[in-house]
Amino acid sequence: MKLVIGIVRPEKVNDVLESLYRARVRGLSMTRVQGHGGELDRVETYRGTTVRMGLSEKVRFEIAVSDEFVDPTIDALCEGGRTGEVGDGKIFVVPLERVVRIRTGESDTSAVTPVGAA
Amino acid sequence: MSAGVNAGDTAWMLVATALVLLMTPALGLFYAGLVRSKNTLNTFMMCVAALAIATITWAAIGYSLAFSEGNGFIGGFDHAFLQGVDFTPREGTAIPGLLFFAFQATFCIITTALVSGAVVERMRFGPFLVFSAVWSIVVYAPLAHWAWGGGWLQAQGTLDFAGGVPVEMASGFSALAAALVVGARRDYGRQAFLPHNAVYVLLGAGLLWFGWFGFNGGSGFSVGNASILAFVNTLLTPACALATWFILDIVRARHVTAIGAATAIIVGCVAITPAAGFISPGWAMALGVVAAVPSYAVIMWRPRTRVDETLDVLGAHGLAGFVGILFIGLVAGSSWNGVADGAIYGDWGQLGEQAVAAVATPAYAFGVTFVLLKLLGLVTPLRATAYQEAIGLDIVAHGEEAYATGEGAILVAHDGAVEVEREAEREKALV
Repeated sequence: MKLVIGIVRPEKVNDVLESLYRARVRGLSMTRVQGHGGELDRVETYRGTTVRMGLSEKVRFEIAVSDEFVDPTIDALCEGGRTGEVGDGKIFVVPLERVVRIRTGESDTSAVTPVGAA
Repeated sequence: MSAGVNAGDTAWMLVATALVLLMTPALGLFYAGLVRSKNTLNTFMMCVAALAIATITWAAIGYSLAFSEGNGFIGGFDHAFLQGVDFTPREGTAIPGLLFFAFQATFCIITTALVSGAVVERMRFGPFLVFSAVWSIVVYAPLAHWAWGGGWLQAQGTLDFAGGVPVEMASGFSALAAALVVGARRDYGRQAFLPHNAVYVLLGAGLLWFGWFGFNGGSGFSVGNASILAFVNTLLTPACALATWFILDIVRARHVTAIGAATAIIVGCVAITPAAGFISPGWAMALGVVAAVPSYAVIMWRPRTRVDETLDVLGAHGLAGFVGILFIGLVAGSSWNGVADGAIYGDWGQLGEQAVAAVATPAYAFGVTFVLLKLLGLVTPLRATAYQEAIGLDIVAHGEEAYATGEGAILVAHDGAVEVEREAEREKALV
């Protein structure tokens, strides 16, 4: 089991959700985050104050998957999130020690497998 | 005061002019609430732009083309650049010509701003500025001439108290043309676009209604009976449209919606606009009920089509203006307006004269706007790129955000060079 963390552009979220859906990845959570990954800063001006927005808006997907779903998930994130410009984001894959489904107490692979998918 | 100027009339018209001017920022707020947060400022700024652009074009040439002597189609150049617009009373009124100009200017401004509702969230700001300047001259001014400036509609007896022709139908059907030429937003019909702030929408509608008392109440150019009637009808019709909308909402989805309520206020105000000084208060209340139904139907149906007329200017303004114009022909009563009777009081001819306006205006507004935008599109792209549309036009067009957090914002020194140096040092330190 792995936790796949994908940080993507907010304007690509719908594309990412769509490609994840097509890859049959069902369980996920997402949060709006701010970050910096080397992309060019955006300049904004408010009256006399000019600022460079050093942090840009991103959306962070967290998807816990069984081993067979790791690659499809990564592919879907790449496919949905890519524009080819700097700032498309990153994917981090980290090992998961234990997963528990609260409702049933199932653990590990059966806990990350969506109901009805097995 | 010049001879022939009435103090009471002038005092009211000064206030009415300011009331109508407020409607444009109110419309900006209404529109801004309806779009997604990333386009809030751009949407609002299209209305703010009309304050600048339409005022200038109106003073330069629009007012003259609408309100100076000309032929049946368009006025002349007698008042170009405000020549001869001074303290002497405007013909047919007891208010100074200069004040008459300003009052009419506020109409041109809001009408120009209204059209933007069709193209928000994807039209480039620069081309919109050019479009609004030309539109205010080639669409608004001739239609104002037709209805009020001695043009052919007025000459054949069409009644339009406060702008069913040049304001409501003109903006509504121009909006349809603009939506068709500019095209739908990316992902329209595939993805839901939700209003980002319903409170703005309600507040904007409330301020519009407030301003509309000047819009309709001022269109009698006096404190006479017609103005009082128009003022009171501006209370009655929107209230009935609002109540009708509640019922339609309940029947359709079992909820009375806030955005629906805001829309209903606009529909009611629009419907009474042409009829305000011509129909009895009782008929004005009936008009609120009658006008709500077709607008409701179109606003529910339009998003299911491929036409991304984004903020439903056609449904709210074009259609309700159309209903209002025809309603005059049915129920105008000379016992109330002292001018003309409608069909139910025996004059079927009035209905015919209203119907001519209800056909000619949409045709002209749609046709000219369509051609104008097609031509403009040959010179410059009308649309933002897909990427710009995705990140939102606030940042692209204005370099600002409506809801900036300031997190991660680095102050740029006034002397750019110093900042670059500092930045280089910082980077070196990091390495």
